[in-house]
Order: sequence, then structure tokens, then C-alpha cells
Amino acid sequence: MKDFARLIERLAFTPGRNAKLTILSHYFQTTPDPDRGYALAVLTGGLNLRQVSPSLLKRLAAERVDAQLFRLSYDFVGDLAETIALLWPGETLENSEVSVTEAVRLLRETGKLALPGIITDLLDRLTPSERLAFLKLPTGNLRVGVSARLARTALAMGTLRSVDEIEEIWHGLTPPYAPLFVWLRGGPAPAVFEAPFRPVMLSTPVTPEELSAFDPADYLAEWKWDGIRVQAVTEGDNRRLYSRTGEEIGASFPEIIEAMSFQGAVDGELLIRRGDQVAPFSDLQKRLGRKQVSARMLQSHPATLRLYDLLIWQGEDLRPLPLDARRERLETASFYSDRIDLSPLLPFQSWNDLAGLRAAPHAPVIEGVMIKRRDSPYLAGRPRGPWFKWKRDPMVVDAVLLYAQAGHGKRSGFYSDFTFGLWEDADLVPVGKAYFGFTDEELRDLDRFVRKHTTQRFGPVRQLAPELVVEVAFEGLNPSPRHKSGLAMRFPRISRIRWDKPASEADRLQTLREML
Amino acid sequence: MTMRAEEIIYPTEAGLYCAPGDFHIDPLRPVPRALVTHGHSDHARPGHGAVMATRQTLDIMAIRYGEDFTASRQIAGGPTQIGDVTVSFHPAGHVLGSAQILITPDRGKAKGAPRILISGDYCRTPNPCCAPWEPVACDVFITEATFGLPVFRHPDPLAEAGRLIASMAEFPERPHLVGTYALGKAQRVIALARAAGHHGPIAIHGALKRLCDYHIEQGIDLGPLVSATDPGEAQLVLAPPSAFASPWVQRFRDPVLSYASGWMTVRARARQRGVELPLVISDHVDWPQLTRTIRELSPEEVWITHGTEDGLMRWCELEGIPARPLRLIGYEDEPE
Ligand SMILES: [Zn+2]
Repeated sequence: MKDFARLIERLAFTPGRNAKLTILSHYFQTTPDPDRGYALAVLTGGLNLRQVSPSLLKRLAAERVDAQLFRLSYDFVGDLAETIALLWPGETLENSEVSVTEAVRLLRETGKLALPGIITDLLDRLTPSERLAFLKLPTGNLRVGVSARLARTALAMGTLRSVDEIEEIWHGLTPPYAPLFVWLRGGPAPAVFEAPFRPVMLSTPVTPEELSAFDPADYLAEWKWDGIRVQAVTEGDNRRLYSRTGEEIGASFPEIIEAMSFQGAVDGELLIRRGDQVAPFSDLQKRLGRKQVSARMLQSHPATLRLYDLLIWQGEDLRPLPLDARRERLETASFYSDRIDLSPLLPFQSWNDLAGLRAAPHAPVIEGVMIKRRDSPYLAGRPRGPWFKWKRDPMVVDAVLLYAQAGHGKRSGFYSDFTFGLWEDADLVPVGKAYFGFTDEELRDLDRFVRKHTTQRFGPVRQLAPELVVEVAFEGLNPSPRHKSGLAMRFPRISRIRWDKPASEADRLQTLREML
Repeated sequence: MTMRAEEIIYPTEAGLYCAPGDFHIDPLRPVPRALVTHGHSDHARPGHGAVMATRQTLDIMAIRYGEDFTASRQIAGGPTQIGDVTVSFHPAGHVLGSAQILITPDRGKAKGAPRILISGDYCRTPNPCCAPWEPVACDVFITEATFGLPVFRHPDPLAEAGRLIASMAEFPERPHLVGTYALGKAQRVIALARAAGHHGPIAIHGALKRLCDYHIEQGIDLGPLVSATDPGEAQLVLAPPSAFASPWVQRFRDPVLSYASGWMTVRARARQRGVELPLVISDHVDWPQLTRTIRELSPEEVWITHGTEDGLMRWCELEGIPARPLRLIGYEDEPE
């Protein structure tokens, strides 16, 4: 555990992608099997130790520390594993080495009854930084600024394989990945997995100024739908529906799986559609993450697939082809289902034409437009250039901060979750919450403001003196009987802090109503 | 008639106010008469009619705000009568000059009235830059709770300094920039680096100079210091944290950014600041010290000025000690 603890500590505090890659690659090259395989699994979120649940860990901590003190600490630190690692009482008795593999085996193979005893015993034996590393095995979520892709990129360094090759076979593999490490050194390829996920191609944001440098004739444009990006793959009898990150979500959408009577891999948007009417994102949210879907839900919230790209078709890999050619194949392909349709191309001659379409989309669930180079092959990752997203301009209001709560994850320990309000007569009515939009430096300023201007506390929530005005940007507005204001914002974020503006000059609720 | 503690001292808009003595303690805005625990800027502000504090705190205020920071100064000596109370100052172990203030109501006018101790910020880890914290018997203990949660267990500061020295040896080409506040933390980190075996010159940002000079005048050995504008061979550089965000930092090639604070215990806090080498070095009591202090002083009541008071409130509840938060608005949780 010492090496793994040092690895995650170094990763946590080493800025810069290249330095992280060096550290990771060194770790993979110098750590024996199967330790490195389990470490790779933690880094990529693939280590499944479900029997060690967060609630079990909380219960164990509560046996050593008062439950309320534990909750307050957790609120402050924002990370379960770190909270327990820090407050686990008592001196480390005998700090003997426990390897990652040993710990994984203990957690995996110990029966339910003996498990709590094993975990507390290990926590007593480890130092604080080892405790953190150990607790991260079951909780995952390392928060060291390393994505699964970055971990796999490091894995490829100094081997015979590229990261794309690794990602192609990744979905058939399980920890501790012994065959993968053999293959990286030139050994035989691991067994093939049917209907695998192919890494998706992502877009980058663009501004009108940047666009003006390009020739519109070189590009296609489509609506940017406000659903979720999915990849649907059928190979032989295997049908799988993946999220953008390669997570299988087919169980939540049986009607889509049923409709996938093609052979290939397609890229598109998952939407809730009733007839021609595409429903708002909140409807789709109701379907996400469900293990089982009731017949009633299938009826009331029917999912559909709106396609924009074709990766594999009838066994042929189309990804090296230019987008134009893939689009042609997509338009002539037959999907045999009314649950699957195509995302239409937008007619435009100039960027101005496109700006006009973007400014007035025909459906509220359109977030903007996608602009894709006609000659672009389908590339994994987020290459800068071939694909752009050009989002609608956000709406903004000036609101007053009313409440703050400590954030979790990257923001833990800082007051980063804000409730803001607008004036109605002499009162400030809460209209929404924002968690992001500010820079790290602004976050520290906001945090300091909160600590200095707290007037009351309700558990973890601080009520603030109504003094600070923030500009809130948001993507859309829906009527909402659940909110006191009667309105719900989409993606609200703090776009500017108006230290200069007195609270009395913040916007009125009526202004927001008029935007509806 | 016995005066209750709540009648002797209570929070007002300007900060804690002692009614029978007619003065404020660490007031947040200008008042006619202020008693100041220590020189950190959220406790010691300019513009009061009269200020009573330790000689060093008065010196520090004059360095920070100019000689005219107040109309009249009074050096805290032994027990002093002010109005109907007697006040005395006792070392707090926080920064140079820092004191706890004990208020004892006059027996004649308020028989049996409680002795009230205002800790200010305090720390019980030995610190070569200031006199050690002293226990002071009291009935009401008014304490800070900056690190009032059981996750805060500060490691041995000398071991933290050892990590700094080890990193400097591991990356000899990289300057090590440590973020420290000008009063207390800067000098403490220098003294710790010396104790950990770093004897070469240490470069300091201009904003730290006057207070470092003052510590040296007061007989605290900081070893050779040079200016960060011309650091020469100095690999260790101290600067206020705000300098890290300014163009000033660009003069250093590939620096290791470090920050010395009790908050560095929490990884997200350190990562948030973009710190590569977080050093958990604090001038405040950590959780074990805080709770131990309350146990040892065994006051009848605990009042909490600022910090993570919910945690300490809960602990007092579990221990059966009456406690209440004062919710003073205006003190920073991290005034280090
Ligand atoms: Zn202080």
C-alpha cells in the first residue's frame, strides 16, 4: 500500500499532464503484477468491490467517532475516504506492509460478517496516507486529476501498443489485467469482446471570431440536441448501448436495445420523444440509472435514438472515411425502426445563416449547433478543430447570494454551492443554485466572503448577509411549480462576481419571468 | 447582585464588548477603546481612540498601519484596572506578541462574577518565534475554533519542514516558493527550516521584510535572509500567497509551489491552490489541542468566536460542557 499511497499523493499534487504521465508510466513499469493491475483498475474506475459500500464505511467510522462529528467532518472534507483516513483515531500500531493485492483479496473474499472487523483492523495498521489509499480501493474516485484515458495513455507509454489500441480492447478486460500487460509487451491479444465500445469523437467550443477564419463550404452543421450522447453497437446477437464514456446503459433503455436490429456501431443522441415532440432533458433524466423500467415509464417516457454518425457498418470500419462519406452511408442505411431517426443537416451558406438558425431553434431542447468538417475521419478523443460546438448564448441575470454550502470533490472545504435570489418587492426570493462558473481564485474570494458574512446556520448551510451580487448565466428557463419562484433555470452558473454592484440593484424576479 | 457573564461581555456590531470596562476586544471597526490580542489584521485594525496590547503587538500595528494607527497606546503590563474590571494579558503561543486577555470583574461591585478569558488565536505547539501558551484559570473560556473538527490533527511541524528540505534536495534545480502570511507564519517557517538543517540564505518577498526585521530585532534568530528580487543562490523563497497569482512569480523558473497552513491537511484545499508541496504548519490549535485545552481549563462555559464552531459545539455537548457560538462576523477562519 505504501507505493500506491505515494503514487496517488504524487499524482494529486503534481500539476501538468506530462508530469502525471511520467509518474504513472514509471509506476506501471516498476510495479509487479497483480498490484499494478489493481491500481490501474482503481484509476480507471474498474475495480468493483461493491460489498464494501459507503454506508458500511460510514458505520465503521461512527463506531470510533461521534456520528454528528463525523457528518460535520465529511461535510467539510467532502470525500468519504479522506474523511475517514484523517479522523480515524489512535496511533498507527504496527505499520506492516499490506499490498494492494492483499487488500483487494481481503475485501473481496471476506464474508459479510467478518468484513467490518477486517477493515477496522487494516485501518488500525495503516498510516493516514495509506488509509486513504486503502479506502480508495472500494470507493474509487481518486480525485487526483487522472482520467481513465490518461491512465491508459500512461499504460501505452514505452510499450508496443497505442492508447487507441488499448481502448479498442479495453471493454473486454477485467482487473488485474494480466493478459493486457502481456499483450503490451508484444504477447498475444486478449480474448475478443463482442460488440465493444469504440472511443468517441468529441468537439471543442468555438466562437464566431474563430469560425470566420474557416470556409463554411468545408463544414456540415446539425442541431446540438440536449439529450445524452450514446453509442449503439450490435455485433452478431450482442446488442449494447453505451454512454459517451463507455458505460453500458442498455438495461435502462430496453426499447432501444430491441430496436437495434442492424449490424454495426452508430453514434447519436438519446432523447425522450413523444411523436415528433422531443421532451426536455429532465424527462430523460427520469430514465437514467434505472436497473428496471416499468411498462408505465416506457409508455410515458419513450426513448429514441437520433443518429449522426456511423462507425462500423455490416462489419466494415468506416471511421477512417471522411465524414461526408460516412454521412452518405448513414442516410442510405436502413434501421428498420421508428425509434431510430437521423439528425438532420442544417442548410447554410454562410456563418451568418448558421448564426440565424442557432439564435432561433425550432425546439427548446436544442442547445446550439454542431459544426463538423466534411473531410474529418472519426477520431478518438477531443482533437482540436474538426468538430465544433457552438452553443446558444446564455441568458443572464444579476442575483444576490443568499445561502452557501460547502462543496464536495474538488471544491471540498470551500463554500462553493450557492443559492441566489432576485427581488420581489422588498424580499429576495431564491431562484436557483449554482456550483460553478467561477475561477479558483474567485472561489477563494467567495469562500472568504461566506465565512465573513454568515448570519445564521442551518446544519451545513450558511445564511448570508444579502450583500453580494453575482451575474448568473443559464441556458434555459422552464416553469416549475416545485420552486418558490415558479421558475427553474437550466445549467445556472456564476459568470461574474459583481463586487461593485450594490444588492439593491440586482434584478427583479419579474425580469426573469419575462425571459420565459 | 451577581453579574452574569453575558452582561459583562457580549457581541456587538463592532465586535466583543465589555460593558463594565467600556472597551471592545479585537474590534472590527473603529471604537473609542480597544484591547487587542495580536497583530493579525482581522484582529488588529487601525483607527481606534485608544489601544491596549502587548508591546510587540503595538509595535507590529505601528509597522503595519503607521505610527498614527491610534490616538493613544497603552502597553499591557501586569493586571490593570479599567472601569469596573481588571484585565491581564497572558501569552497565547500564536504569533509574536500574541496574548490571551483575562477579564476579572471587580469583586466589590459584582461579587462572585465570573472570570472571562478571551483566547484570541492560540497554539500549543512550541514555536521559537513567540512565548509559549500559558494556561489561565477562568470560568468562561472564549475560544476560537479554526480547526474545530476531528480531521485536523496537525503533524509535527519539524517533520513538515523536513519534507520541504527533502523536496529541495530532490529537485535542486527548482526554486521552492512557500506561501506564508507576513506575520508569524513566515518567521515560523524560516525558523523551522533552520531547525531542519537548512542554513543557506532564504529569500523573502518584499511584503515580508519589515516583519522579519522586527522579529530579528526582538532577538529571534532567522539566519541569513536575502531579497526575493535578487535571490542569488537561495533555493527557498517565501512570499505571501497572493504573490503566487501575480506576475511576480514568473521570475522563477519551474518553481515548486508550496503553502504552509493547517488547511493543507485537506487535499482538495491544497489542490485548489495548485500547490505541489502542501505543508501542514499551523499557528492555531488543532483538534486534539483544542479539546485538551478545554478539558484542562475545565471552564464552566465555553463561548466560541469563529471557525468551525459546530464541531466544537457538538464536542462540548458530548462532554457536558455548556457552550455557545458568538457568531462574530468578520474574523477570517484562516487568519494565519
Ligand atoms: Zn491570528
